[in-house]
Amino acid sequence: MSKKVYADAKSALAGVQDGMTYLVGGFGLCGIPENCIEALRDSKVKNITCVSNNAGVDDFGLGLLLQTRQIKKMMSSYVGENATFERQFMSGELELEFCPQGTLAERLRAGGAGIPGFYTPTGVGTKIAEGKEIRQFDGREFVLEKGIVGDFAFVKAWKGDKFGNLIYRKTARNFNPMIATAGKITVAEVEELVEVGELDPDQIHTPGVYVQRIFQCQNQQKRIEQRTVTQPTSQQNKK
Amino acid sequence: MPLNREQIAQRISEEVQDGFTVNLGIGIPTLVANYIPTNKTVMLQSENGLLGMGAFPLAGTEDADLINAGKQTVTAVKGASFFSSADSFAMIRGGHIDLTVLGAMEVDQEGSIANWMVPGKMIKGMGGAMDLVAGAKNVIVAMQHTDKEGNSKLRTKCTLPLTGVRCIKKIVSDFGVIEITPEGFVLLEYAPDMTAEQVLKATEGQMRIHPACKKMVFN
Repeated sequence: MSKKVYADAKSALAGVQDGMTYLVGGFGLCGIPENCIEALRDSKVKNITCVSNNAGVDDFGLGLLLQTRQIKKMMSSYVGENATFERQFMSGELELEFCPQGTLAERLRAGGAGIPGFYTPTGVGTKIAEGKEIRQFDGREFVLEKGIVGDFAFVKAWKGDKFGNLIYRKTARNFNPMIATAGKITVAEVEELVEVGELDPDQIHTPGVYVQRIFQCQNQQKRIEQRTVTQPTSQQNKK
Repeated sequence: MPLNREQIAQRISEEVQDGFTVNLGIGIPTLVANYIPTNKTVMLQSENGLLGMGAFPLAGTEDADLINAGKQTVTAVKGASFFSSADSFAMIRGGHIDLTVLGAMEVDQEGSIANWMVPGKMIKGMGGAMDLVAGAKNVIVAMQHTDKEGNSKLRTKCTLPLTGVRCIKKIVSDFGVIEITPEGFVLLEYAPDMTAEQVLKATEGQMRIHPACKKMVFN
């Protein structure tokens, strides 16, 4: 079991190559595998495809790989927080495939579950459905969407054990569970790496079978994109 | 005077029934939460994986692992749950969300909506909007009735790329409350200081005034 445990992101990313497809967990900057992204940048692989709900911000998350022009193609549902992205896309350097958020989640789930495609009502009659098979069920139209698998999948979890069982925390779970299932090699970075047996089997979100490599992450920034707070005084005023 | 953003949100909050599960989009829809009376039990769903979204946290208690779909720090109410994006959209697509409120650039008289891209401009992406309009039992749009030049954003047929086809039942604009029926737009209520005829005149497409159409009242 301890064969899955790696010292750091650099060693856990052994085998990454140019042109591969990388699945990256997270929503905005929440629950992103920070160490894996930095290690992927440092590996200098290029012409890569990244599948991730968002594209980070200019100087953090997947934005780091845009700055270095390592990404050839992004598959995302929303990329609005990143000016580098916009510049590269508008100049034609960067390919982009938009995928509705729920369809993206389901395509990853399907990919990991051995389902090559599925029909969804999302996007019927829009640009997203152009060129795709449409089929009627009970009088309503649905569009065929395909499962996604990646050469590598990078996920971030709160706790993990040496077998690769993972527990996520709050909304940092997001895309991580599906992405964990959809990588040929899934690398998990965890805030706390514990011995096998220390996690309650009833609380595991991702069973260890999906995880090939695991390491305890270092120097997590856990940046907050939109810090919004309630001031105690204004709340009292409201009451 | 047309309604301001807060009044649009306030009016939409009247559509929220006790026991509803509601997904509120970014912008005016987010403000709706502020007007839901405390005697109604409503669970707010945030599509990044939270059912039971609460207010913004007190300064100093923000948690980077607890955000909403607008990437803002939030809190979770008692009875809340966290789940994956696949589970979140199973709720949405599977028809388990009672009401979705979102913004729009255009809505047409067939109930089709455009709110994710303007050709020639940088496209930010549709996020979860296409899934939400395809899946929620009821979708209400909060929008400005006209653009800056006074052109109607309620259209005979949407001109911008669509987010969803024939999925919108009701619009609350700054000019009033409009139902979408097989016969086109029906004006149910109009803004204080406006007349029903003014709203009709400002609207492209088929619109009729409901016999019980009334002036809105805000206190």
